[in-house]
Amino acid sequence: MTEIPEHLRKRAEAARQKAEDAKATDDPTKGGAAGGGDAPAASEADSKIPAHLLERSKAAKAAKAAGAPEAEVSGGAVVTAGAATALATAGAPPAATGPAGHTQRLLTVVKSGSIQDVKSTPVDKVHVWPHLLAVEFVAALAMTAFTLVFSIFVNAPLLELANVNETPNPSKAPWYFLGLQELLTMFHPMVAGVTIPGMGIFLLILAPYMDKNPSIKPEERKFAVSIFTVFLMFWAVLVIMGSFFRGPGFNFVAPWTGGLFFEL
Amino acid sequence: MAKTMKPKGKSKISELNDSVQGSQAWNSIFRPGSVFRKGYSDSPRNRSYVIMNSVLYHLHPVKVKRHAVKVSYTLCLGGLSFFLFILLTITGIFLMFFYRPTAAQAWNDIYTLQTSVTFGLLVRNMHRWAAHLMVLTVFLHMARVFYHGAYKPPREFNWVIGVILLTLTLLLSFTGYLLPWDQLALWAVTVGTNMMGYTPVFGDQVRFVLLGGKEIGTDTLLRWYVLHVLFVPFVTVIFLAIHFWRVRKDGGISGPL
Repeated sequence: MTEIPEHLRKRAEAARQKAEDAKATDDPTKGGAAGGGDAPAASEADSKIPAHLLERSKAAKAAKAAGAPEAEVSGGAVVTAGAATALATAGAPPAATGPAGHTQRLLTVVKSGSIQDVKSTPVDKVHVWPHLLAVEFVAALAMTAFTLVFSIFVNAPLLELANVNETPNPSKAPWYFLGLQELLTMFHPMVAGVTIPGMGIFLLILAPYMDKNPSIKPEERKFAVSIFTVFLMFWAVLVIMGSFFRGPGFNFVAPWTGGLFFEL
Repeated sequence: MAKTMKPKGKSKISELNDSVQGSQAWNSIFRPGSVFRKGYSDSPRNRSYVIMNSVLYHLHPVKVKRHAVKVSYTLCLGGLSFFLFILLTITGIFLMFFYRPTAAQAWNDIYTLQTSVTFGLLVRNMHRWAAHLMVLTVFLHMARVFYHGAYKPPREFNWVIGVILLTLTLLLSFTGYLLPWDQLALWAVTVGTNMMGYTPVFGDQVRFVLLGGKEIGTDTLLRWYVLHVLFVPFVTVIFLAIHFWRVRKDGGISGPL
């Protein structure tokens, strides 16, 4: 069904009202004399059903109301006027009509979206080739170039042969574990090495299940964003501290005075 | 004379081209509709065929939302992490040709690789720097996904897989750290495994399994080598496959704000 714009519908209503008023004032005598026939006349004007068809249906209705003689003809049974309507249906071939005279039944209601994926708004899409593949290719190329050039100028460290009897001072874990090593200076090894990182991983896994806020707008998820930023900063600060500000004996040292004790 | 020769040569080339592209071998390699069968001219249909009739269809749909190709939204971090994984695999296989995981030979092999093997030093450098970069890009990828809220339903489980992949990345990097068998490797791993030895209840057992003995030695080296070149990459590839599959099944990358 098409939606009729509000202003057009109002205009049509106003026009119809005006026409009716004009009719009423034009021939008041006819309006008064018609009496009961007024309503059908109005509906006649409204529904554009041809006059002769309406006449025919009116005649049929009248005949049905009179009932008996016609039923006698078709069904061939002798009935009283009281049972006229019952017989009319019995005599004719049985029509499948519902309680209110409907000829069809509602079997089920299928909501839109339950079977078909109805897209309420069209999605703006582009072809993966060339739009995405080109971007990926350039990114991969740039990354390769960066790694290659960096590797030409900076060598990976290879210190002297491993010796279990000679402990370097300081001994440091790989940089991504230096946060944990930093925690070792503050907590019991079990807390720093197992409990805290274990909790960190566990919380990360649980994050999508704890965050019930459906919004992805930053201004509507300030809490989640702040908590996560604190989480990131916590590790970043620890790693930077462990990497650059810890010297012999894992004591504090300023890199600009004490030198750098850091190997990648 | 030359004028008549030219079209003849050209037709010979196109004849050869036709016979190659019409051969059974060629047609068995490229699927019907592949641009390598029927040539490529730029049209929406052919743009779809490039993806649909190639192995790329396992990774990418034919079309993506327009914002998905906006570099400033994802910064390509996930894709770059995967690319670094591939780069590490390639350089790593190269290194495997020159390396024996025993305490007596490991350090010497690396040293010889650097001094006597063509491109040996360069490839080892690339492997090392790419490894550090990968830890960084995976970490940044996680941060990007969080700040965009891209872990929200229906993507919760893919985030979980992502966290597993982050741990696997750290494990890959850490197991590789020991392999040069120099002072840096030995003591970094000593510090790391000592921490894991404090696992409650079965800390000693954890440490024993990790080291393949009471102390770091040649058994540890073999153990970590197998973990580094076979076991952890194998597990990682499985999780990567699930990760990529879920990205597509959960509706592609999340939308802009």
